[in-house]
Amino acid sequence: MKYGVIVFPGSNCDHDAYHVISKHVGQPVDFIWHRDTDLSSYDAIIIPGGFSYGDYLRAGALARFSPVMNSVKEFAARGRLVLGICNGFQILCEAGLLPGALIRNRGLHFICEHIRVRVETTETPFTNALEGGQVLKIPIAHAEGNYVCDDATLEELEREDRIVFRYCDAQGGITDEANPNGSRENIAGICNRERNVLGLMPHPERACEELLGSYDGRDIFRSLAASVAAQV
Amino acid sequence: MKARVFVTLKPGVLDPQGKAIQHSVELLGYGGIADIRQGKYFEIALESSLEQDEARETATRMAREVLSNPVIEDYRVEISE
Repeated sequence: MKYGVIVFPGSNCDHDAYHVISKHVGQPVDFIWHRDTDLSSYDAIIIPGGFSYGDYLRAGALARFSPVMNSVKEFAARGRLVLGICNGFQILCEAGLLPGALIRNRGLHFICEHIRVRVETTETPFTNALEGGQVLKIPIAHAEGNYVCDDATLEELEREDRIVFRYCDAQGGITDEANPNGSRENIAGICNRERNVLGLMPHPERACEELLGSYDGRDIFRSLAASVAAQV
Repeated sequence: MKARVFVTLKPGVLDPQGKAIQHSVELLGYGGIADIRQGKYFEIALESSLEQDEARETATRMAREVLSNPVIEDYRVEISE
């Protein structure tokens, strides 16, 4: 089982993702430069956080045109697992692999803090080792994490059980106070219709060691690892 | 030939930057401002060999596929000699 972490100019959470896969998942992992296009030797792809292309034009807008992204689309179309974290989520939305968009936080601030998200569905390869309703403490670090979509998209996401994480309070309550950035319906992460592509704003790769204040992110990678193993 | 592309947030999409600018401007004493929304403006120089129709077609496609995100933004294209 081999993992790939895509590196765009401006990615800066690529090493964190690499570290978690090699140390905590215990599997081989490569960095994949955004100009490479051959993903045939990989079983799962992570699009990491950061500021690809300096967030020029819109966050994630230019990364979508990197050569590797056509390969990521084909990889996803074959049912392989793709995890987009933070800027990775923004890129997946810009690329049309996930619906909606991420706009400037309602409070304008860049927010860097531990927040809580509630697991809304365990019916994904990324959350099947978790429990429904489980509250995870994971950091966010973004200025553009305010998820927006039209009514029809929201209705579809809800009907198809594709909202994977919502911002919540410590008890799991979905409240406006617990919504750090103004995201519609407190949405922190969604998956595609085929459920093999997940995008989320929180950084589970920064929450895998006690020293970092939380290891709740490990369960997401544990789910991912078990799902990859089942696919291979 | 020149294409001018204006990209603006769709009505109803929150624009905290526009709000912050409005707040600052009002602090400076400007009155009578109902709303400020921030957008983007692109100037694209096109080869003079292009017909006006081709230029408009190219700029419009670029505006739709790259310069704007149709989920949150609208665009307007102007062509001039």
